[in-house]
Amino acid sequence: MTLEMVGFWMVAAVLVASSLAVVLTPNLFHAVLYLAAALVATGLVFLLLDSPFLFAVQLLLYAVGVMTVVVFAIMLTERLVGERIVQTSRSLLNGAVVAGAVFVGVVGFLIRAPRSVLRPTLDADAIPAIGRALVGPFAVTLELLGLLLVVALLGALYFARTDE
Amino acid sequence: MSLNAYLTLAALVFAIGLFGVLTRRNAIGILLGIELMLNAVNINLVAFARFHGDLRGLVFTLFTIAITVAEVAVGLAIVIVIFRVRRTVEADRLDLLRG
Repeated sequence: MTLEMVGFWMVAAVLVASSLAVVLTPNLFHAVLYLAAALVATGLVFLLLDSPFLFAVQLLLYAVGVMTVVVFAIMLTERLVGERIVQTSRSLLNGAVVAGAVFVGVVGFLIRAPRSVLRPTLDADAIPAIGRALVGPFAVTLELLGLLLVVALLGALYFARTDE
Repeated sequence: MSLNAYLTLAALVFAIGLFGVLTRRNAIGILLGIELMLNAVNINLVAFARFHGDLRGLVFTLFTIAITVAEVAVGLAIVIVIFRVRRTVEADRLDLLRG
């Protein structure tokens, strides 16, 4: 058992447990906190896949940025004290059947796929190459993404503004 | 670990997120499920990029992360405006478009 296997199983256990908690806990605020744990665990999976840059992006954008926005949305729409924060679920059995079918279908494809490729050795640090790709072949995409972010934030501002 | 291990983990997280989207009544809870599903996709992208030695998967993951953040901002703004108009974020009671 290598160090990577131990790390993978620990991170996988944390990720699956916190994901289950996100969809099962009755308290909406707790669900958001469990989602933060799941997002950090996903970042650790990136770290296991030798992508420290994406780990940092995941922490900064997701685990901090998204969490802040979601917590604000809950505070604006629910009363944090009292019974409103408790959310209920519906048709648990149907949801479990559909989600289980999707999982079994994907795993069925994975089993039938050709034997998995070997992990190539990492020849160089990927971060400078990512930077060159972002301003080289992907420069137009990067600019479009910036435009999308501006439009999305202006749209969110427009939706959430008050009338006066 | 093999590529299949990472892909199976991603499929499991995706299925859990789908379960959340299907069963949650609260609109914010549904958005949290969508977040989980998008995360599973990112795990797939990074795993394929690493095991095929292809940088483009990592760049694409950066783009999907940024797009997801924009999606969350717009989605939550819509939830807030729905709450302001209807005083509820229960998805079952938001049936304005029902014929």
